[in-house]
Amino acid sequence: MTMTAPLAAAFFAVIIFLIMAGVAPFLASRQASLVRIAFLFSAAASVMAVYAGIAAVSAGSAETLIIPIGLPDLPFYLRVDALSGFFVAVVALLGLFVSIYSFGYVSGLAEGRPVTSLVVFYCLFMAGMLLVLLSGDAYFFMISWELMAVSSYFLVCFEDESVEARRAAFIYLLVAHVGAVMILLAFGILAGFAAGFENFGGFTFQAMRGAHLPPMWASIAFLLAFSGFAAKAGVIPLHVWLPEAHPAAPSSVSALMSGVMLKTAIYGMIRVTFDLLHAGAWWWGGLVLCLGLVSAVMGILYALLQVDLKRLLAYSSVENIGIILISLGLAMIFKSFSMNLLAALALVAALYHCLNHAMFKGLLFMGAGAILHSTHGKNMEGMGGLIHRMPQTAVIFLIGCLAISAMPPLNGFVSEWLAFQAFLLSPVLPGQLLRLLFPLGAALLALTAAMSARCFVKVYGVVFLGHWRGKQPCEAHEVGVSMRLGMGLAAVMCVGLGLFPTFVIGWMDPITKGLVGASIGSSAQAFGWMWLTPVASARASYSAPILFAGVMAVIAAAYYILHARSSAVRRADIWDCGFPKLTARMQYNSTSFAMPLRRIFGSLLLIRESVKPGDARRPLPFQERFTYHLRVMDRVWYSCYRPLSDAAFWVARHATRLQHGRIQIYLMYSFITLIVLLFFA
Amino acid sequence: MIYSISIECLQIAFVLGAAPLFVGWVRMLKCWAHGRASAGLLQPYRDIYKLFYKDVTIARNASWIFRAAPYITFGACVLAGGIIPVISTDLPLSLSADVIALVAVFAIARFFTALAGMDAGTAFGGMGSSREMMVASLAEPAMLMSVFTISLVAGSTTLSQMVHVSLSSPLVLRPSLAFALLAFALVAIAETGRIPVDNPATHLELTMIHEAMVLEYSGRHLALIEWAGEMKLFLFASLGVALFFPWGMAGVYNPLMLPVAFVSLAAKLAAIGAAIVLVETRLAKMRIFHVPEFLGIAFILATLGMLSFFMLE
Repeated sequence: MTMTAPLAAAFFAVIIFLIMAGVAPFLASRQASLVRIAFLFSAAASVMAVYAGIAAVSAGSAETLIIPIGLPDLPFYLRVDALSGFFVAVVALLGLFVSIYSFGYVSGLAEGRPVTSLVVFYCLFMAGMLLVLLSGDAYFFMISWELMAVSSYFLVCFEDESVEARRAAFIYLLVAHVGAVMILLAFGILAGFAAGFENFGGFTFQAMRGAHLPPMWASIAFLLAFSGFAAKAGVIPLHVWLPEAHPAAPSSVSALMSGVMLKTAIYGMIRVTFDLLHAGAWWWGGLVLCLGLVSAVMGILYALLQVDLKRLLAYSSVENIGIILISLGLAMIFKSFSMNLLAALALVAALYHCLNHAMFKGLLFMGAGAILHSTHGKNMEGMGGLIHRMPQTAVIFLIGCLAISAMPPLNGFVSEWLAFQAFLLSPVLPGQLLRLLFPLGAALLALTAAMSARCFVKVYGVVFLGHWRGKQPCEAHEVGVSMRLGMGLAAVMCVGLGLFPTFVIGWMDPITKGLVGASIGSSAQAFGWMWLTPVASARASYSAPILFAGVMAVIAAAYYILHARSSAVRRADIWDCGFPKLTARMQYNSTSFAMPLRRIFGSLLLIRESVKPGDARRPLPFQERFTYHLRVMDRVWYSCYRPLSDAAFWVARHATRLQHGRIQIYLMYSFITLIVLLFFA
Repeated sequence: MIYSISIECLQIAFVLGAAPLFVGWVRMLKCWAHGRASAGLLQPYRDIYKLFYKDVTIARNASWIFRAAPYITFGACVLAGGIIPVISTDLPLSLSADVIALVAVFAIARFFTALAGMDAGTAFGGMGSSREMMVASLAEPAMLMSVFTISLVAGSTTLSQMVHVSLSSPLVLRPSLAFALLAFALVAIAETGRIPVDNPATHLELTMIHEAMVLEYSGRHLALIEWAGEMKLFLFASLGVALFFPWGMAGVYNPLMLPVAFVSLAAKLAAIGAAIVLVETRLAKMRIFHVPEFLGIAFILATLGMLSFFMLE
């Protein structure tokens, strides 16, 4: 039993997390040192796992290790290949930044309440995510999946005195388990066809890979697995837990949940469809593409209408998962038509967006935590002007906003550019439906990108610019060094991944080679490291370093020329067309910024808007005050989930009639049952 | 290589220099159409020159974003001037940024202008930013879709390659390009803030879009923003020329063609200027909430263009 370096390092990292989770309760009496020790070790373990992931992708070959614990005949298989290595690197990289951030953030929380449970479940959560990626059989995968789900459940209801947090955590647990059942059923089908339904021989991924499924059963397995993973990833219409759970959790946890936990579901989708089922019919990809489009567009529309910063970021995660699914769906369509090079391009776009989204969404959630920490509020309507109070956080947060809005030369643009290339490079595919789907898909992806820029102009403009909007005077202050460092490192990654995509894509080669049998790394670098040329330089090329240097040179030249003659800069009151008596309440806020959108797309959303006069006795023109009510509700919740939960309660209410609490009646039930059984026997 | 770099520099200088002239031409024609006396072709130059020599007044609350935004906007527009083939397809910068990146470069400029509008904390600034982002978020996808149709025809998203393909292929009337042209024209009107979407000459508070965002600017900052705006109009006009009517543009290493390129571009731009004036004198500015319908039409036209490529060609 020999272990290769990547697998050993990753496994060791998991062991450290598990040990920390075990040790943390013994340090509960000293909260300050608990936080320091726990996050120091978790940072160290993350570094190790990052190394393991990077090395595993570079090595490109799969390594397996069997741990003889578990049930008889069901040992645990640990396995790392290029695909799982990539996701291990993504998870651990954000884990590292969040650990650094947590030194300051969790210490801040520890002033108000004990954080032992947070530390314990944080470590278990990290271990769970890594084990999901490292598991090489369905049984161990499900155990790790549950470890991840349950530990994150406890993290979501960390502030368990609040009703919303408990409710959010319950919905999360419910959706997570419905999803887990689906995944289990999918694995059951796969294992059954691999080695028969009577024994456990088919439960390893290795056996499933060799199974030959009839097309119908393959499709059923795919649909089950996809819907199970979609519930975890927050694909519309299974996203309802996401905007509840992310705002309820502490910000460091939201960063991890949104940044990387959703990605484990993407990992599951790729593992099952590409690796285990070898990407079957084209309509699988079409389905994924369509759901991705719906999630992307509706996600960003809902995000734009939110006033709670963390809720907004949660909906934006729905959008980004949608973008990943769009690329993934394209890859599946291309693969089903054996266009391996195009499939590799689309798959790289999807994976690159996974990495990018982990970085910028992690950064933005950490930023939201910093804002929460310093202003004690999540509602954007009460914020403003924080750029003067938190100058460094403001710069870092701006990088996150630019990256998520897909602005070059940052990373968000690269993955979106690759996705557009995948759309545009597609030759004419057979089937009228597909020909219709491609232009529509490109159009909706373009719409999403433009909308997300608008969304994050709103976020940054309302939170950091202008005047403070709160009723109490602003007491916000810059956050501590460790929090700034955690966010700053994520921001550096956003810039780095944007400026040097060729290196990253070259590194990712073994993944696509293993899954779709083609790679774009060599053609992407064909023109030199500065130019990204996905297929051929005549088709498309993009060079972030030159673009960045070009804009910077022009800016520097303009600045230098204009400042050759010294001219005074005078600070004065706001002009605003000479409008006097301007107050902070007259600024545009989050709701008013999004108002045009409510007018345009109102029919897609469920909006309740009303204006009530303050004094009912007076006639309307003489009112002094009006109360304005606005509620934006999730249409999916009210049209799909509400009837379902109502029905469940109805059934439950009627079922309670059976229970009277009287022993005679229960004895009668037993008696009747016995009679019926005897009768049928 | 040296030839292409010098062409690149020549083109950037040309865009910087000629953009105010184009605006001057449009304004002069408009004055004539209205029966007014015009201030002459060179008035935009005088305006920029005057603003450069004025002192800067900044609102007390404004942050560094407010001061950086004019430079970023200007830098983005100058860079765009190096990407779009205006006189020649022999552009090294065109290989560094394809048409998707070009749209994103304009988006950066807009992102920072919109932030600057919200920075001072005024009612009008926020209104302008909100409206500008509304127009942009609908115009940008329509623009991408209309350009993608040409990319599909040319088999490339690199602008110089797209122009090269349409220059070297025989003239074929394609239905997809007709849709794309219509969509592009509608989008260009919205993106450059012309009537009927926005009125560049207005200072009537409630009708402003772009002007409302830059209301607080003065001095050299305002000069940079104005100049960048003029370049944007010039560049959208030349982008339309490059994508749909590129004939006369100089190819790779073809210095003898350059004078022809200048003359043909001048003629085409003069015609486009006349078309703008015709539209602006015939139409009234529309209500702000009719703009989404206007851009929705552009979006549908552009998608139809791409669809007709996939279905028919």
